[in-house]
Amino acid sequence: MTYDAHFRVWRGDADGGDLQDFTVEVNEGEVVLDIIHRLQATQANDLAVRWNCKAGKCGSCSAEINGRPRLMCMTRMSNFTEDETVTVTPMRTFPVMKDLVTDVSFNYVKAEQIPAFAPPEGVAPGEYRMAQVDVQRSQEFRKCIECFMCQNVCHVIRDHEENKEAFAGPRFFIRAAELDMHPLDAGTDRAEFARDAQGVGMCNITKCCTEVCPEHIKITDNAIIPMKERVVDRRYDPLTILARKVRGKK
Amino acid sequence: MPEIETHSYDVLVIGAGGAGLRAAIAARQEGLSVGIVCKSLFGKAHTVMAEGGAAASMGNVNPHDNWMVHFRDTMRGGKFLNSWRMAELHAKEAPDRVWELETYGALFDRTPEGKISQRNFGGHEYPRLAHVGDRTGLELIRTMQQKIVSLQQDDARAAGQQTGASHDKLRVFAETTITELLRDESGAVAGAFGYRREDGGLLVFRAPAVIIATGGIGKSFKVTSNSWEYTGDGHALALRAGSSLINMEFVQFHPTGMVWPPSVKGILVTESVRGDGGVLRNSEGKRFMFDYVPDVFRDQYAKTEDEGDRWYTDPDNNKRPPELLPRDEVARAINSEVKAGRGSPHGGVFLDIASRRSKEFILRRLPSMHHQFMELADVDITREPMEVGPTCHYVMGGIEVDPDTGAAARVPGLFAAGESSGGMHGSNRLGGNSLSDLLVFGRRAGLGAAEYVKGLGGNRPAVPEAQVAAAEQVALAPLQRTEGENPYALHAELQQTMNDLVGIIRNADEMQQALDRLDTLKGRAQHLAAAGDRRFNPGWHLALDLRNMLAVSECVARAALLRQESRGGHTRDDFPAMRAEWRAKNLVCTYPEGGGGHVEIVEQPMVPMREDLLALFEKKELAKYLTDAELATIPETHGGDK
Repeated sequence: MTYDAHFRVWRGDADGGDLQDFTVEVNEGEVVLDIIHRLQATQANDLAVRWNCKAGKCGSCSAEINGRPRLMCMTRMSNFTEDETVTVTPMRTFPVMKDLVTDVSFNYVKAEQIPAFAPPEGVAPGEYRMAQVDVQRSQEFRKCIECFMCQNVCHVIRDHEENKEAFAGPRFFIRAAELDMHPLDAGTDRAEFARDAQGVGMCNITKCCTEVCPEHIKITDNAIIPMKERVVDRRYDPLTILARKVRGKK
Repeated sequence: MPEIETHSYDVLVIGAGGAGLRAAIAARQEGLSVGIVCKSLFGKAHTVMAEGGAAASMGNVNPHDNWMVHFRDTMRGGKFLNSWRMAELHAKEAPDRVWELETYGALFDRTPEGKISQRNFGGHEYPRLAHVGDRTGLELIRTMQQKIVSLQQDDARAAGQQTGASHDKLRVFAETTITELLRDESGAVAGAFGYRREDGGLLVFRAPAVIIATGGIGKSFKVTSNSWEYTGDGHALALRAGSSLINMEFVQFHPTGMVWPPSVKGILVTESVRGDGGVLRNSEGKRFMFDYVPDVFRDQYAKTEDEGDRWYTDPDNNKRPPELLPRDEVARAINSEVKAGRGSPHGGVFLDIASRRSKEFILRRLPSMHHQFMELADVDITREPMEVGPTCHYVMGGIEVDPDTGAAARVPGLFAAGESSGGMHGSNRLGGNSLSDLLVFGRRAGLGAAEYVKGLGGNRPAVPEAQVAAAEQVALAPLQRTEGENPYALHAELQQTMNDLVGIIRNADEMQQALDRLDTLKGRAQHLAAAGDRRFNPGWHLALDLRNMLAVSECVARAALLRQESRGGHTRDDFPAMRAEWRAKNLVCTYPEGGGGHVEIVEQPMVPMREDLLALFEKKELAKYLTDAELATIPETHGGDK
């Protein structure tokens, strides 16, 4: 089952780089990350790559394999024929640090802008009561392993650096949705926040994020669309408009 | 390269897993400034790998549960070698720590009444593990990560900033590695030295208190469930700074790791599979665990398959199946079955839940296990059994700490919590007790450090410049050698050595061989060379981590050679019995000054258990663990579960 594969791996830094060719051994059952590790140990000791759990749980080893964003640890070599060249490049939406490692700080900045969970007043720790059917909706979004591949494939920012300022991206739309659907969150209106501060309106529902999600979270259907609808309901519902006028709010 | 960058905090936390984050939250809430250093990105710590749950006797599923039952289970699981004070604090405080997470936004699975659901696990008498499917660790990390951000947002608001977060008083230094602790002339902690992975920039942190929360040591073993980060950094930092490690001979081999394909060998298969009804079978289809119930647990486990199966629905009138014995027992049993030629095709045994639970049940309770086997092994666990075998999972040993404050022995200002500290789990940790451990003792270490810093007033230890210079030299040495040992090759040899010679079953000859080999490897490690420059260079990082792995491996091997008995995560085929006289002592590892970097080990008597805690056990049970001299002082009518 052992064979020599042809790999092309992008090497370089913020100033530029190129695809480098490697011939490397592949054994039965291996994943792309195994091959990258073998390259590192035998041919390119300083090849930069992020990884942690090697079991699809931490979301560290995101890269683009033959142009498709994937977790390297969950991409079996058996997906490729023995004579197929496997090309591994860093995620394109984020600035390269070195080789396969990108600067994902954009995501951490966006995370800091979301108002945190606000505990309900007058409910002591240990007294929280929630039905499984209610927590399940938010739990789907809390499966997110922050691999940032949804951010990476999102058209709004993938080729539009200028949109990054005003657009939080799918990972953080599901965070807003998660808090919105949390049965006990006493925080600010998450749908309003998604519209005003996260730029959810810029999403044109191409579902690329949903397709790439390794946790199979239905990002578009279960988070983005409901959030958009709730914004629309509130903004344009005649009764709500009337109520706003009566209360003298915008 | 610019000169060394300096940062100052009241408290520096090394490690951003569960223990580190909980410690940071506690210290910040005490009003102190806190720096958190972690080797990976924020939110990627090994805690995310924890699957089953956090053990806390909330009594939501079985109202008979309480801290005393949890305490007893923990002491039994650790074969009474646990720090009883830590086990007591842990059992008493775990429910509050879990409930507290809900106030940070955690969403655990629920009972029909809307309370936090609790699941069965090995060694726990009642359903006790708060969980979220089989991704509980991820929930803990994300919850505390988000709590850290919310504290930073509070700081921003306090400073008049309308949006975003402030890093002034609470900052995460991601992808940063600490290589040395810094101490003043008196030996008190003054800070730490490290490097940033991105650009290789060097950093000095000035801090009068340092909390070590770096996790475990599994990367010294070839077959392990641990990630690259688990190189024993905190253990080794403490050792080099003059503190001590205890219980290092006790390494937990989780009974169920994946065994095939080879590239995933060691990846964890959660104990929840068994907690939710899965059973272990050998190649003859036999549920072999019934043959492996040791005397100390004979009264607590089912004797027939029927009784074991009834227990899942009627736990009050039946005993639990032996698949749910503590991990050390199950791992040894699997090892024996494979050695006896009754293993599965790829050298494990079969873990079967497909024939026992519905597809819907399995998909709901064990979604990531289903995903993991489907993606990595082409096995559908709702239709066929898994192949599993033991994998190095957890080190019970760690930094010797004061149970109440997390203060590390012998070094003022040094604290430790979580897997990097020792004592809590004795000779074997129960599943589920790790997530609760890091919450309980993470918080305590944060509070302990805060109290220590406040007590110092303005008298903060100064960082000696000579130590910084020395640390810099050590850190940069592998980059300056153009020729020498390949760090990856040396690491592979170390892993093979520990796996073959200091693994699940040990004997004196093999451990002596291991020590000889470790000595050679230590010599060769002086000549490690890293190709490339300082920017995100994994070869260089590994070269520096190897120093820690070698130090910790030596502790494990030396302590294991000294302890002439079998107990928990330490099994000797030349001393197969548990011996009461060994229960009464810990083996304490230090690096003596001027000892040439060799580990020295001394025996230290255990503090006798407090009387009211002792009274929680019947004398009949204590007789399995205590020495005759200890038993003589206990009246026949003593204690127990009344």
